[in-house]
Amino acid sequence: MSDIFKVGTYTFNSRLIVGSGKYKDFQTTKDATEASEAEMITVAVRRVNITDPGKENLLDYIDPKKYTILPNTAGCFNAEDAVRTLRLAREAGGWDLVKLEVLGDTETLYPNVVETIKAAETLVAEGFQVMVYTNDDPIVARTLEEVGCVAVMPLGNPIGSGRGLANPFNIRVIKQRANVPIVVDAGIGTASDAAKAMELGVDAALINTAIAEANDECLMATAMRDAVRAGRSAYLAGRMPKRAFANASSPTEGYIWD
Amino acid sequence: MSDSMTIQLNGEERSVSAQSLSALVAELGLEQRMIAIELNLEVVPRSQYGETPLKVGDRIELVHMIGGG
Repeated sequence: MSDIFKVGTYTFNSRLIVGSGKYKDFQTTKDATEASEAEMITVAVRRVNITDPGKENLLDYIDPKKYTILPNTAGCFNAEDAVRTLRLAREAGGWDLVKLEVLGDTETLYPNVVETIKAAETLVAEGFQVMVYTNDDPIVARTLEEVGCVAVMPLGNPIGSGRGLANPFNIRVIKQRANVPIVVDAGIGTASDAAKAMELGVDAALINTAIAEANDECLMATAMRDAVRAGRSAYLAGRMPKRAFANASSPTEGYIWD
Repeated sequence: MSDSMTIQLNGEERSVSAQSLSALVAELGLEQRMIAIELNLEVVPRSQYGETPLKVGDRIELVHMIGGG
């Protein structure tokens, strides 16, 4: 069955987006990314280490011809820095599909939505296709859609916390009211979290720490691949209703004692 | 023309002999790398590195992609 994930002008077969942070080495990043069968991978933009400029780079392992590179603005705490960062990313690789995140503080890494909206307005005006990290707030999600973002990415829980979905009801409300793809970004800790997110009907899941910090990164990558697929299929299949009492699975007539 | 000058490169003062952005990139051995440069807060397209002179006190950010989520 064809079930294409469309975001902006891009299309994907996989609904799993992976991050490239926190891995112990580049080879593991590559192996786990391949195992995940994801087609889109986030990267961060940072200063080149001038004292050792020639050392190997992430993109020696993650081929931009094979993957859609999604540059992020991780670490930015205001709109200006986020915009500068993505302008640089677009120049470096020609990438126009970007992940905007503007953070509020270092302890929660919750988004600063005021600065996020400001940055989104500028980036959209400059022709970027903005996938935007935000709170699980349906009003802010709608505002970001109205600003012109091509996908809204509410957090499930704080970045790197692995606590699953704090507020599945809000995620569902955001999805039900959205006209752009909704991606759960941050908080997914294990496969069941990913499946539950997809069962809510969201369009994709963005996962980094849960894979990179697993004991076996590649095995967790395949678990996430399968969980995203399973959750998506379950959503499309339409789940049974929940009942207060039992409902026999075998026929309740034709018993031998009747 | 071979005099070195001091610029701000990635937040640190650095003395360079390069007179243009393309020469700076070559001096650092980064010609083959997927990088981008911001000169005094403006991104410079790669095609313009050759014609972009360096001046004393220029503030340059030279970035690349690393792992991130």
